[in-house]
Amino acid sequence: MNITFTLIGQTIAFFVFVAFCWKFIWPFLIAAMRERQQTIADGLEAAAKAQRDLEHAEARAQEIVNEARNEARGIVDDARSQASQMIDNARTDAESERERILKAAQADVAQEVNRAKESLRAEVADLAVLGAERILEASIDRERHDALLERVAAEL
Amino acid sequence: MAEDAGGYIKHHLTNLTFGKHPEDGWGFAENADEIAAMKFWAINVDSMFWSLALGVLFCTVFRIVAKRATSGVPKGTQNAVEMIVDFIDDTTSSIFQHRNTLIAPMALTIFVWVFLMNLMDLVPVDWIPKAAELSGIPYMKVVASTDPNITLGMAFAVFLLIIFFSIKEKGLGGFLKELLCHPFPWYLAPVNLILEGVTLIAKPVSLGLRLFGNLYAGEMIFILIALMYGGILIGVFGGVLQWAWAVFHVLIITLQAFIFAVLTVVYMAQAHDVEEDH
Repeated sequence: MNITFTLIGQTIAFFVFVAFCWKFIWPFLIAAMRERQQTIADGLEAAAKAQRDLEHAEARAQEIVNEARNEARGIVDDARSQASQMIDNARTDAESERERILKAAQADVAQEVNRAKESLRAEVADLAVLGAERILEASIDRERHDALLERVAAEL
Repeated sequence: MAEDAGGYIKHHLTNLTFGKHPEDGWGFAENADEIAAMKFWAINVDSMFWSLALGVLFCTVFRIVAKRATSGVPKGTQNAVEMIVDFIDDTTSSIFQHRNTLIAPMALTIFVWVFLMNLMDLVPVDWIPKAAELSGIPYMKVVASTDPNITLGMAFAVFLLIIFFSIKEKGLGGFLKELLCHPFPWYLAPVNLILEGVTLIAKPVSLGLRLFGNLYAGEMIFILIALMYGGILIGVFGGVLQWAWAVFHVLIITLQAFIFAVLTVVYMAQAHDVEEDH
């Protein structure tokens, strides 16, 4: 087990193999690995970005929905108050119309009644006179009883 | 087998060596004495073969994956390779903060290569040596990292890189200043040189010997367990032991490969650290 030229041979072999690995093996493997690392890193970053975008979009969508909901609620409220307003208006209009028509009708009626009373009054006086004439078959003194007859007519 | 246990172990620990024998000239050593006689000018053919074969295996598999690598969904081999690369990349970047594109690929190479060499330890100790013997090869040590030449060879390469990057980052003056003016003031330069020199040399030596020691010991235990395969009863016991040790060894081989890679990165980081006051 002496030290021989084998040692030098192994030293030379060492340098040859190391040089080969240095030039023809290591750079290729490391390049491939680094590239893959980069690809994976990019992929992860893209995924994270997509996640962020999604969250952003969801928040925006929620905002829009909320806005629309508020707007719809406003519109409905407006419509409701407008409708009740209209109903109120219609009711007051109708009320006053009814009042007006009622008053006109009452006035008419009163007028008719007066007119009828007037004509009835005239007719009744004549009728009473005629009746009395018939009953008495005698001519009563119109002049004498005129005041009486007037009083009767006024009682009608 | 018991009477031949010594020979069996020795056979398993002997490398197939090609070298220059002082009398017979160049050729394969036939026994341990011839190997010892060859001294430095010899090469452990088996260690070198397995080391290179596994290194080439690593480069081929990883190169194919690297060429086909897509940044899409990784499948099968690419997934496995990327797990290793990612692991090494994380580890390296947590230890080494300077800009140097060489360090991480080097750590990957060391980790996978040493792991593969260590992994050969889990192949039953007799399979490949026996197959080699049948095809006429007398010795065959399969686990390259149990050969100190291999582990120290890699450590030596790391040592050269430590010096190279130290000088490159700090300048020759800065590097020498670090050796001479640390930890004591400049007028104690000789003491500093000894202290810093020991620190510097200890790095590659400990790096190489740690791996060698762990794997050598592990291999030794496998060989000793293999010696038990004689009788049925003790053979079954040996089988259980071998399985248990192999399971434990899975941890050791991975850990040692990782330690070698990480310490290399640590040493490189130290070589890049400019002027830190202690």
